[in-house]
Amino acid sequence: MTALTALLSGLVFGFGLLLSGMADPAKVLAFLDLAGAWDPSLMLVMAAAIAVGVPAFARARRMKASLLGQPMQLPAARQIDRRLVLGSLVFGVGWGMAGICPGPALVLVGAGQFKGLVFVLAMLAGMLLFALLERRRSR
Amino acid sequence: MQVDWTAFTPVTALAGGALIGLAAAILILANGRVAGVSGILGGLLQPRAGDRAWRAMFLLGLLAAPLLMRLGASLPPIHIDAGLGQIVLAGLLVGLGTRYGAGCTSGHGVCGLSRFSLRSAVATVCFMMAGFVSVYLLRHVAGL
Repeated sequence: MTALTALLSGLVFGFGLLLSGMADPAKVLAFLDLAGAWDPSLMLVMAAAIAVGVPAFARARRMKASLLGQPMQLPAARQIDRRLVLGSLVFGVGWGMAGICPGPALVLVGAGQFKGLVFVLAMLAGMLLFALLERRRSR
Repeated sequence: MQVDWTAFTPVTALAGGALIGLAAAILILANGRVAGVSGILGGLLQPRAGDRAWRAMFLLGLLAAPLLMRLGASLPPIHIDAGLGQIVLAGLLVGLGTRYGAGCTSGHGVCGLSRFSLRSAVATVCFMMAGFVSVYLLRHVAGL
């Protein structure tokens, strides 16, 4: 059952990215290009997503278990450290280079975009590199 | 700063954004999990027992969304102007950066801000600022 709700969530997420135009890297870059012809759409996408998200997460915080009886796994991390800041900066540089972040990348693959597939493979390589470095670090 | 009013799509942006929020609401309320795409994908690469199915199904949903949409409507326009070399480097940085920063636009930007998490707010400011600078340098300094 959790697999079905996860599938539904992924589908709705993907439709949202497509409808909002955020699956189009050119539109994302038009938001990130403050010095060019600026397209503020991404700001409204985030605002609307957060407006729906706030009551949902407020409710989730008060629940002992999820509706399907799963443990409520809200992130516990609070620390603002070098990993968070440097990692996010590196992510932002890559995001600005192509206009693609992880969610839209997968939608692009489903849309049959070759460059989307190349991006996802490179992104997986970056994530694997992280996993390897972490494993070495914990030894 | 000059707003391109012809490119601005407030109605579909708000409607699509609401769907993204709904997706996050479904996953947290039904499954107790945060809809952070980089975390869900990265977790598949470092799997723990019993943790695989929902991750794979969520990602499958993202992949299948454009295929399903195509059955009833035409896909919105998609333009990827970056060259292949730039795409590869961008993908590597996004993969590495989102794992070190423990989140991306969805996990920190949507879910984290919805929880009023200071940590996610810091991350969001960092990747937004880096994105602005990255695009400025590439487009207006390097002229790519």
